Amino acid sequence: MNTMRNITFLAAAACVALASTALPASAQQSSSDEKALIAKGEYIARAGDCVACHTGPGGKPFAGGLALHSAVGTIVSTNITPDKQFGIGNYTEAQFSAAVRDGIRGDGAHLYPAMPYTAYAKVSDADIHALYTYFMKAVEPVAAPTEPTALIFPFNMRFGLGLWNKAFAGAGAFKPNPQASAEINRGAYLVEGLGHCGSCHTPRGFAMQEEGMDASNAAFLTGGELEGWPVPSLRGPTKATKGFASWTQAEIVDYLGTGRNAHAAVGGEMKPAVERSLAYLNDADLNAIASYLKSIAQSGPTPPAVPEKVRATTDKLTAAKDLTLGERLYLDNCGACHFAGGQGAARVFPALDGASIVNADNPNGLIATILGGAQTPSTDRSPSVLPMPGFGYRLTDKEVASLATFLRSGWSNQAGPVSADQVAAMRAKLPPQPVPGIQIEDKPAKGQTAEAVHASH
Amino acid sequence: MAIVNDAVDVVVVGLGWTGSIMSIELAKAGLKVRALESGPERTNAEEIYPKPADQLGYSVRQKVFAKARQSALTVRHNQSQTALPTRRWGAFKPGNGVGGAGVHWTAVLIRPTPTDLKLKTWADQTYKPGQLQDDMTIQDFPVTWDEMEPHFDFFEKVCGASGQAGNIKGVIQEGGDPFEGPRSNPFPLPPLKDTLNNTIFAKAAKKLGYHPFPNPSAAASGAWTNPYGVQIAPCNYCGFCSDYYCLNYSKASPQTTILDAAKRLSNFDYRVNAHVTRVDLHDDKKTAKGVTYIDEKGQEVFQPANIVILASFQFNNVRLMMLSGIGKPYDPNTGEGQIGRNYAFLSNGNATLFFKDKNFNPFVTAGPTGQMINDFSPGTFDATPYDFIGGAKLHSSQAGGAPIGAALPHGTPSWGAGWKKGMKDWYGHSMKVSITTTCMSYRGNYLDLDPTYKDPYGQPLLRMTFDWAQNELKLQQFLRQRVLEIVKEIGPDSYTESFLKPDAHWNTTSYISTHNVGGAVMGETPNDSAINKYMQSWDVHNVFVPGGNAFPQNFQANPTLMLGALTYFSVKQITDQYIKNPGPLVQI
Repeated sequence: MNTMRNITFLAAAACVALASTALPASAQQSSSDEKALIAKGEYIARAGDCVACHTGPGGKPFAGGLALHSAVGTIVSTNITPDKQFGIGNYTEAQFSAAVRDGIRGDGAHLYPAMPYTAYAKVSDADIHALYTYFMKAVEPVAAPTEPTALIFPFNMRFGLGLWNKAFAGAGAFKPNPQASAEINRGAYLVEGLGHCGSCHTPRGFAMQEEGMDASNAAFLTGGELEGWPVPSLRGPTKATKGFASWTQAEIVDYLGTGRNAHAAVGGEMKPAVERSLAYLNDADLNAIASYLKSIAQSGPTPPAVPEKVRATTDKLTAAKDLTLGERLYLDNCGACHFAGGQGAARVFPALDGASIVNADNPNGLIATILGGAQTPSTDRSPSVLPMPGFGYRLTDKEVASLATFLRSGWSNQAGPVSADQVAAMRAKLPPQPVPGIQIEDKPAKGQTAEAVHASH
Repeated sequence: MAIVNDAVDVVVVGLGWTGSIMSIELAKAGLKVRALESGPERTNAEEIYPKPADQLGYSVRQKVFAKARQSALTVRHNQSQTALPTRRWGAFKPGNGVGGAGVHWTAVLIRPTPTDLKLKTWADQTYKPGQLQDDMTIQDFPVTWDEMEPHFDFFEKVCGASGQAGNIKGVIQEGGDPFEGPRSNPFPLPPLKDTLNNTIFAKAAKKLGYHPFPNPSAAASGAWTNPYGVQIAPCNYCGFCSDYYCLNYSKASPQTTILDAAKRLSNFDYRVNAHVTRVDLHDDKKTAKGVTYIDEKGQEVFQPANIVILASFQFNNVRLMMLSGIGKPYDPNTGEGQIGRNYAFLSNGNATLFFKDKNFNPFVTAGPTGQMINDFSPGTFDATPYDFIGGAKLHSSQAGGAPIGAALPHGTPSWGAGWKKGMKDWYGHSMKVSITTTCMSYRGNYLDLDPTYKDPYGQPLLRMTFDWAQNELKLQQFLRQRVLEIVKEIGPDSYTESFLKPDAHWNTTSYISTHNVGGAVMGETPNDSAINKYMQSWDVHNVFVPGGNAFPQNFQANPTLMLGALTYFSVKQITDQYIKNPGPLVQI
């Protein structure tokens, strides 16, 4: 049966041909070793999420071309396929290692730290060897150049990065914690190193450096901002009663492996991180990550349980009398899935009561989700793509602000109000929000309201 | 010269329920599978909240149904008449597009009874020779309850079926259907919440000695992850099920139960707007070599394949067999030939009960919401004194509360100020007590190719010759009395009724249900059927025809669960036996 699963009628003929020209035993052995090494390298490439940055929109895997916009200019990711002219086909393993772990390009120039080499510095020699083997032997070479990176002066002077590296890199190889279990150390290796979780989840200092590369630093993985969105802390209690700090080990594993759990679903940049990287990790590694994150939790004031407040919101929405604009908009737009209790449904509709994205000081993630919607990634463990519609086409800035303000104060939530200006600023950054089923070709003119767009179609 | 696609192991014609089940299971078995869907793509992202909550667009203007230019057929009551083409769906509404009719169904997921599967045997034991109509052509399903039960059970898990079991491994369960066949497991999820009509009906039915139970539902009562890892959301009782794409991912459909998992398999793909015009046979007519379709640019394409699955709607499957020369067309005059034989449908009827002081809030409901009794099915009551065979689900369902066509008391004007006043006074003040009946098969009810009318590709339309038989009209009269007894027990302020009169003919314009069956039925031998128990063509062994076409007659239960179970039964045999040793799976 297993054999049958892997071959098709069409492939069967080819298999017969292969069997009749069998390789010598020794060659088979070395080829099976190499196959295992390549498979390991591919897994490491997934854990490191190399494909995320090194693949352009619609481009071939690892051929580069993704533009990373920053205040100082645009960094374009490079072609890391084994093409000898445009890729890394001429790299020795030592050069490859220097690029990945030290940020030194094959020609000796410094890489910009958009490449997370300060985290990858912790990747072991054995894993680098497997990764190198995978890239050289199993990745399809792509003979295509990428646009050059163009930063403004003085950031276009790569030699300056040597100083930056002296100041901020240098965390060096991964150091296991002898007090911790093998599982926790494996989790630490993945989180601090390959997973480069700190790239988004650790706050950045004055020179854009991560404030801490491991748990010995209190700021490590305590959240921050990414492209305007709030990034939740992975280490301590926040105002969100059902945020990361409250999740069980199994719930963390579920979230990382599927992009959803009993409380939440991925949004923003975490969606591709799950879709392209974390979903490919095996159960043991996801558990190791969860164990490690649990082990580095910091204590702090936990949000108080406020059952009366939760009930009051639920009762008012259920009665649907004397509603504020925000409450009325919730019932008309959100309640069908998230329900009057704001609890949603396990693994399908995220809870809004106690959610990190709702309670973050920075409301941009919530605003962007209301305007533009979201959808779960399809993964092997959870294939369902469950979209939330964007409501930008039918709610004005003022309405979104009222709705978001209600969400941030309803049930157990206790975050500040949202203004129409904040909504307008986010709307300007997002692609136009068409009425479902109708193609809108142009972005609405500045100042044009959602109603006007609606009416004109 | 037609375009020729890359060869595949399996081509699946139609991506509704049976096509989706075949696709994922055969792809999981390692075969290269390609589905060809004649309609458009339909996805959760496209049919997103609140877009489908639109009665005018979806129900009245039939947005997700097959288009007449693709699927029209001609109809007549008997051989003496000239059939005319349907221009708008009436009595039934086949779907099209990805998901097929599985997108817009009401989602009642109910098992037939063991008696339903062996109806002919039961009839021979129960009725005197000559007691039933002599042109009746009913026969047994060639499968047993024990063969089907694991597949009922699995498909219920795929759908997140919600209900109350009545018989678990022979032990009768309180609150379920005591007449159901023994099931190996309870429903995956508890029943949907009851609405007011449910509790009123159940109370009256119990008082009369019947055994009410919640309609078995494929709108999920809670969040559910099925065996493919695909997720269904808890139903929010929005009432937009029947005729609509579910906006809440709560109603089981190929999209909400199978396709997201199938799409992850690299050896499965599908094409939309690919209209299959025929199965191409090898010269010996014993095997198929693929199918020909018209793609969205209007180009003719040949798709080579080792196995052809006809998974289109019931009558499209029958028509494709006829257009491709698979099997021998049925001749009602000689009784010879199997393709087109034993077409059957179903009838319905109801009483609408009005109450000035009760508010049923029909806008808060799920499509399958209701309570039913199975006290009037073959084998659960004695119909021999009445000289008919058959029965019905007798139920009070509240499938939706959409306003267009809302029930109003007799005498209310159907337009203008009088209608508005009637709506204001009576919307939400009524409930129904209904029957959904069996329908036997007869020599003169059949399908063939129309001699006159053709589709845009120049191929003849299917011709449907069908009318009510005396047996079904007697059944209606009997069931009308049972419904009226329940109505009397409930005691509404007034009621209207709608049942078939004893001299009624089939009316193509008024909706009944999309439970068309037969035409390429399954059976024990090529002399009584078009396909064997594995839904494999007796004539062309690499063509399988899963669908309603396989039913030798129609039972009172909704057909989807039987269709799904038969498809799983068939695909298991294909993967276990046919792949290793292609040939007839049943030797005769």
